[in-house]
Amino acid sequence: MKVTVRKKLPRLLRYPAANIGLALVATYLIVAVFAGALAPYSPIEQRARDRLQEPSAQHFFGTDEFGRDILSRLMHGATNSLRIAILAVSLATLLGTAIGMLSGYAGGIADNAIMRVMDLFFAFPAILLALSIVAALGPGANNTILAIAVVYTPIFARVARGPVLAIKEMEFVSAARCVGSKHWRILTRHILPNMVAPIIVQVSLALSWAMLTEAALSFLGLGTQPPQPSWGSMLSESRRMMEIAPWMAISPGMAIMLGVLGFNLLGDGLRDALDPRLRM
Amino acid sequence: MQRFILQRLLALVPTLFGISIVVFLVMRLIPGDTISAMIGTQYKLTQVQAESLRAYFGLDKSLPEQYWIWLTNALQGNLGFSVRSGQPVLGEILNRFPLTLELALGAVIVGLLIGLPVGIFSAVKRDSFLDLFGRLFSLVGLALPNFWLGTLIILVLSLYLGILPNSGNYVEFTQNPIANLQQIFFPALTLGFAFSASVMRATRSSLLEELFQDYARTARGKGLRENAVIVGHCLKNALIPVITLVGVEMGYLLGGAIVVEEVYALPGVGRLLLNGISQRDYAVVQGAVVFIAFNFVIINLLADLAYAFVNPRIRYE
Repeated sequence: MKVTVRKKLPRLLRYPAANIGLALVATYLIVAVFAGALAPYSPIEQRARDRLQEPSAQHFFGTDEFGRDILSRLMHGATNSLRIAILAVSLATLLGTAIGMLSGYAGGIADNAIMRVMDLFFAFPAILLALSIVAALGPGANNTILAIAVVYTPIFARVARGPVLAIKEMEFVSAARCVGSKHWRILTRHILPNMVAPIIVQVSLALSWAMLTEAALSFLGLGTQPPQPSWGSMLSESRRMMEIAPWMAISPGMAIMLGVLGFNLLGDGLRDALDPRLRM
Repeated sequence: MQRFILQRLLALVPTLFGISIVVFLVMRLIPGDTISAMIGTQYKLTQVQAESLRAYFGLDKSLPEQYWIWLTNALQGNLGFSVRSGQPVLGEILNRFPLTLELALGAVIVGLLIGLPVGIFSAVKRDSFLDLFGRLFSLVGLALPNFWLGTLIILVLSLYLGILPNSGNYVEFTQNPIANLQQIFFPALTLGFAFSASVMRATRSSLLEELFQDYARTARGKGLRENAVIVGHCLKNALIPVITLVGVEMGYLLGGAIVVEEVYALPGVGRLLLNGISQRDYAVVQGAVVFIAFNFVIINLLADLAYAFVNPRIRYE
């Protein structure tokens, strides 16, 4: 089945929207990874002489109230946003998939109990739960990662459990059991490779949501802490300067929107390519 | 239907109970000593002072004991007192809830007013320029962060049009409906924009499915005009999933309202929660989170019931 996913992936290129998504995500990844080399200035160095400069050839997106180059801050902001999104989603994917698989495979009372606990997390609007966790643990990037991971784990558990319920009844699983395969081997070698598609789709959509949540938490002052740049906190800072430096409010918002749009389009494309039955 | 309602109401009890446990435990994640976290670094407490404060807040008891006291108090309408204002938390929340509810309802209205017509036109004129515009609108709407949209709206209003939405002092609808609507319009637009994109998407895909059903073909075959087929037959069925979406999203709008209230400086429950967080007023944070989560669950329940009401098949599953 791994081979099938690999075979189906090139189908992604048939969808124009997915291509746009792929291009946006690729640009975002390149900027995030090579921000140090690409950024023309330091993201945190303050230059009083360059305060509140309008966009120009020297400062493409202008400067902020401390004379910091906005383009450089945006590029390093991409690194922070990507780091948080990837770590949070990886944690949620590993934990959620493991919980969902074990729960679905075990079945019976254990399955029921685990899934009811997971359901509890759906009883909160996602941003409220993330906000509460960061509020309790304290603001900062690491706690933001943890908060987003906690919010997304039950979603992965649900996405993973569904296919397990169907796959574990299939003949090849019974066959594996008959030849004496251990549960662990059945789960990792026979069931997991057959449920990769929905998880990949969910990962892409989760990354977009994680980016948005990180930006929202930083906007509220609870995510990435200054002087480290984050798109959300840059937007929040821009509000104080709105009347004299309106350019400060444009580029961080645009960056968030394009990043989220990219992962959304890519997620939709992956869903259409890998699992057309899930199409809306 | 009565049996269905009863079942759903009974299922609500463990969920609400679970929410209370989750919120209680999350608030106990506060690293180190809650008392020093509340006091901050400005003041130094003596051992005796810290002990007596701990006893006053019941923090010297075991976790299950603390939970039981909190739960029994909460069930009697006592969510504790704000450390900063000295007021009962529930009173503060209830004072601010009308605004948050109005904002969420306003966002639903904005979402439906924009999303339904765009979705319908997009489906009816499939693959046309209008459809392309509609789909672009939904993509952008879903990716546009509401705190950026709000910031842009304020920027345009204040910088280019010279009208700054007055949001500091909230005027209730019953006091002055016009002033109230003026105040809530832009925040509701900000909150409802992404929702309108979801409504558009759901309406489009569900109407597209219905337009090709056998009954639609029969209606066309007996000579009905296309408009009558769409409005009289297909739209009725196509709106069923949209109703569920409204219910589910209405709950999420309560979460989104937290951010929008902050953008427009509106004194709602969300802002109370954020102030509670920044002032380390944990009774307020705990109370506001429980309150919003309870409302979220109840709105979801109402959405389920509405769905079962318009779609009888659900009741028998």
